[in-house]
Amino acid sequence: MAKGVKARVKVPKTADVGEIVTLKTLISHKMESGLRKDSDGNKIPQSIINRFTCAFNGNTVIDVKMAAAISTNPYFAFDAVVPEAGEFHFTWYDDDGSIYEEKKSVKIA
Amino acid sequence: MKFKKLITVVVGALAIPFAAIAGEDSQLTVEGQLMVTSVAAPAHMENVDEIFSGWVFRKDETQALQMDDFDNPAFIFIDKAIDTFSKVEGTAGKACVSCHESPEVFKGLRASMPRINSSGELETIPELVNGCRTERMGAEKWKWSGGDMAGIIGLIGLQSRGMTVNVAIDGAASSAWDKGKDLYYTRVGQLNMSCANCHEDNYGNMIRADHLSMGQINGFPTYRLKNAKLNTIHGRFKGCMKNIRATPYKEGGDEFKALELYVASRSNGLTIETPSVRN
Amino acid sequence: MKLTRRDTMAIGGAAALMTILPSLSSAAIPVNELVMGVTGGADAASTGISLTAPEIAENGNTVPISIDAPGAVAITVMAAGNPRPGVATFNFGAGSASQSATTRIRLAGTQDVVAVAEMADGSFASAHQTVKVTIGGCGG
Repeated sequence: MAKGVKARVKVPKTADVGEIVTLKTLISHKMESGLRKDSDGNKIPQSIINRFTCAFNGNTVIDVKMAAAISTNPYFAFDAVVPEAGEFHFTWYDDDGSIYEEKKSVKIA
Repeated sequence: MKFKKLITVVVGALAIPFAAIAGEDSQLTVEGQLMVTSVAAPAHMENVDEIFSGWVFRKDETQALQMDDFDNPAFIFIDKAIDTFSKVEGTAGKACVSCHESPEVFKGLRASMPRINSSGELETIPELVNGCRTERMGAEKWKWSGGDMAGIIGLIGLQSRGMTVNVAIDGAASSAWDKGKDLYYTRVGQLNMSCANCHEDNYGNMIRADHLSMGQINGFPTYRLKNAKLNTIHGRFKGCMKNIRATPYKEGGDEFKALELYVASRSNGLTIETPSVRN
Repeated sequence: MKLTRRDTMAIGGAAALMTILPSLSSAAIPVNELVMGVTGGADAASTGISLTAPEIAENGNTVPISIDAPGAVAITVMAAGNPRPGVATFNFGAGSASQSATTRIRLAGTQDVVAVAEMADGSFASAHQTVKVTIGGCGG
């Protein structure tokens, strides 16, 4: 597991049926591009988060394939529709095999 | 000396005003709270009438990042610091929270630091943190500008966000303040420049394609886009000195502490913006 | 000392241009080639997708961009002058309320950022914008 990875997600606690909400996500991750060299001149191997997904009650909202050109501490903002009460499930996939997850519930107002 | 003149001319040529940078007309509100980003300069500043926060000098997109605590990437490190605050470390089996109910107890601290303590010494927040760690937690000192320290002082500084900077420069503080002022105006390094050459003589101008600020520290520790992490005051002082090819003073040493006091006093009247977002 | 917004100096423009990092022209891939790479050779309409990026990036390490293509199934973002052009591909599911997203990317130098949307009916739309990436002060 990459060291010290921490995720933040912004999800409203309540929504009306069918309401469109803007979700924001941020995760602390170096996104080592694989192009940098260490002090001995050796290439530092790539180690990035290569995929981010968000689903609501099992239905995909967004699925992002990520390359090393996404900035350190990857940030995504996107819109989702809330058809009913339920849970947003956020997943980040690390090159090293780790998977980071966050879940946030939404109640109907 | 010819060489020195050439450098001055080159610097002068590079520092040319450039239009259309986001700026001084906009207001900074963070989570609904209005910040003071420009105000009359404190009386002790002889060469400057008005002082400006570093926020004012950044482009629109960068300014926008600071206005929302979710968009502000610094908060990922604040979140980590909140976890650290409750983490038990050291032989005494304590965490910060064992003695300090919550980070909120530190409200107001950042706004008047650094300060002279009851023993007459100039103290800074990292020293207070390390003092707690070594003397009361039986834990190891943190590196002055490492991730753990930057996060915790960011969390502590956040409690003073929106409060007016008010550091004491007289009485017991005056000898350290004088020393700091002296350092601010002394030229050093291969490029033979002082802090004042950029941050007092040329703020508002461009240095290459960067918009020079007044070098205020009211937003520190700050998230720099350049290295995508929280940067501390002494860390930045060190970086600046390296940029002008001087041998930097020691982080946590007397020179940087005195300089920190003086530079903090140059922002008396602005509000604490910790954790800010800068280039 | 005046703040520079109120000063408009023509020489300032020229001097700043000197400090803008040009993309490595031998390495920058033509926009059209990148678009064809996604569409498989099919044409891409120039309307139907919007790409928002700053004209001048404060710092190439963190450049905020937004993309929006109503009705798209996927949007691919590329940076024509980066060592590797791929940036991200956004796939929109049934739970998405709009086919838009905002993120922050790294740009190695001044270059075109390209976005190609694949629509539900199999057609494509593309947009691109030049983003100037500059060197900061004191080499920092």
